[in-house]
Amino acid sequence: MREQVVDPVGKRGGESVPAPLADEQPPRPDRPEERADSGRGRFLREFRLQRVLDENGEADPAEVSLPDPVVRQLYRWMVLGRVLDERMVTLQRQGRIGFYIGAVGEEATVVGAAAGVEERDWIFPCYREHTAALMRGYSLTAFLCNLLGNAGDVNKGRQMPCHEAWRPGRYLSISSPIATQISQAVGAAWAARLKGDDMVALVYFGEGATSAHDFHTGLNFAAVHRVPSVLVCRNNGWAISVPREKQMASETVAQKALAYGMRAERVDGNDLLAVHAAVRRARARASAGEGPTLLECVTYRMEGHSTSDDPRAYRPESLLEPWRRRDPIERVRRYLVRRGALDEAGEATLRDDVREQILAALRQAEAEAPRPPLATLFEDVYAEPLRQQREQLEELEAARAADPRVSDPRYADA
Amino acid sequence: MPVLNVIQAVNDALRLEMRRNPDVVVLGEDVGRFGGVFRATQGLYQEFGGDRVIDTPLAEGGIIGTAIGMALYGLRPVPEIQFADFIFPAMDQLVSEAAKYRYRSGGQYSCPMVVRSPYGGGIKGGHYHSQSPEAHFLHTAGLKVVVPATPRDAKGLLLSALRDPDPVLFFEPKRVYRAARGEVPEGEYLEPLGRARVTRSGTQVTVLAWGAMWHEADLAAREAEAEGLDVEVLDLRSLQPLDLEAVVTSVQKTGRAVVVHEAPRTCGFGAELAALIQERCFLHLEAPVARVTGFDTPFPYALENEYLPRAPRILRAIREAAAY
Repeated sequence: MREQVVDPVGKRGGESVPAPLADEQPPRPDRPEERADSGRGRFLREFRLQRVLDENGEADPAEVSLPDPVVRQLYRWMVLGRVLDERMVTLQRQGRIGFYIGAVGEEATVVGAAAGVEERDWIFPCYREHTAALMRGYSLTAFLCNLLGNAGDVNKGRQMPCHEAWRPGRYLSISSPIATQISQAVGAAWAARLKGDDMVALVYFGEGATSAHDFHTGLNFAAVHRVPSVLVCRNNGWAISVPREKQMASETVAQKALAYGMRAERVDGNDLLAVHAAVRRARARASAGEGPTLLECVTYRMEGHSTSDDPRAYRPESLLEPWRRRDPIERVRRYLVRRGALDEAGEATLRDDVREQILAALRQAEAEAPRPPLATLFEDVYAEPLRQQREQLEELEAARAADPRVSDPRYADA
Repeated sequence: MPVLNVIQAVNDALRLEMRRNPDVVVLGEDVGRFGGVFRATQGLYQEFGGDRVIDTPLAEGGIIGTAIGMALYGLRPVPEIQFADFIFPAMDQLVSEAAKYRYRSGGQYSCPMVVRSPYGGGIKGGHYHSQSPEAHFLHTAGLKVVVPATPRDAKGLLLSALRDPDPVLFFEPKRVYRAARGEVPEGEYLEPLGRARVTRSGTQVTVLAWGAMWHEADLAAREAEAEGLDVEVLDLRSLQPLDLEAVVTSVQKTGRAVVVHEAPRTCGFGAELAALIQERCFLHLEAPVARVTGFDTPFPYALENEYLPRAPRILRAIREAAAY
């Protein structure tokens, strides 16, 4: 395995060096629990934050494995994700969709990880990885139909917005319960190995999920049976209103892997190139039979948990400032500009294209029938509807025929 | 035709299907080298190897979560939950995930698997080795629930469940795991899911039962016959899908129904059966639908004979229904 050369935070940063990451503050020897012999800092040292691209977009060419056109393509996905998130929040505020949950600030982790595995690998998303679905061929129109819950949704309007599934892209179905996808990813990768397929499962989850039992059982099952999987923790610092330090007493997420006998790496989650490289390494090890890797991507949730909460109620604005300077998209932009792979005109064209793409998809999605057919309520519960689903469909059709207000969300106000 | 007990019939079905379909894998606690604490998977590890008969770490949520992933990828996992009492750590994976996967993905994905688990009391197991949790799963759309009573059905229903496209909870009556013996067809033998069996024809009272309590219902019916009462007994066998037609046909004939189950009464499956019967047999009913069940307490240890709806309590309900 190639060890990543560690760049101490900010070494090459020049004037715009940001403050150290929140969990890399130097120990405070005046506090008894932080004396040198207390062990604090041990895991921060053991799992040094790996970085390829600094805040100014500079990188040691020897550490970069991706050619410029690929980086530019991934940059476009990151921009698309950001613009989409911003646009969809506006749509939610306008009342055109009921809910949205995005990944502003976490684009490098989402895109870098998805790009780091092979097309044949299965992706088990958490619920902020919509861009990964799009990268796997899920159309923007289909995504927007899912947000609208309309007749064009391949998931048949069965779930609230942002809970997509896309089988042709080997992108699994999103559920709201936390961490359940981890042991499922382990099971799928295990099945692939039994069938003799070179498939590595990629699973995303947040640092909040590390408190849930499925995280522990998933890691343990994966490690004991050396299941070929890459477990990506988007450590974005917040689980709705609960900050990382109220979620866990450990210094890092990565160290949790030690207890399971699993390899771990800790990466700057706002560094596209570092995330991508770490996932490549983890995938190669998994594929070679060396077992799973827990990858902690240290990033930051720049917005609320979703459109349903206002982070100003629990998080001081000042916490965001250092992270604004670490913006994952801006870093890649600077890198591409330095490399001569992107200029101002190219940037403007790219952003115009992205905006137009989203607008066109929105027009297409909004042209679909606003609701799926009534019968779809009872389909897919089982492979074939049972007696009660057939009877209940008849009952509902009769009720609606007798009184159309059955389908009117506002009848009570009428 | 060989005479087997329920454990041997389960083992026979698993072995046959594993030979027929290389995608079938068994996983769970102690199912491998040891062959399961009840010996249901005995010899499978030796025949099919550790890749297909997997001893997992001790975590039911992990067993079911892993099985879901395997099923999504195209295997046919058969997770064993060592006792049905220990299925609750896996509730999230069963109820939020397995049951909803096909539906929530618009039919793009599915996770067919058979969760085998010994259930029920009467073995001096106290409340952590005796419960009957079927109602929890019957209340969750997307799951099927099958409960055999006899060795023959244990084999026939398990083979059908192993080829079913949906997740199936297969609750095995551990009280009669070895006590129930009977002829079991050799080789391929399928009993379709969703069909009840009329095990005794009668005209005066219908008794509905399944699993271990079917044996008690059968005993009560024989005792009732000695008293001159003509009782019909149905072994429901599959609770989801339910053979409602068989229930309605019988109750419309007899006009009287007694429902028997081990689980606590409140919101037990007996409540659903009573509701279905009054919806569909209202004008035929000669007596209220009676429920002979476990009580609304945790499953007891010292007083389990009294707790279980055994033949004497069933007989009493039959008499009352007939005399109403």
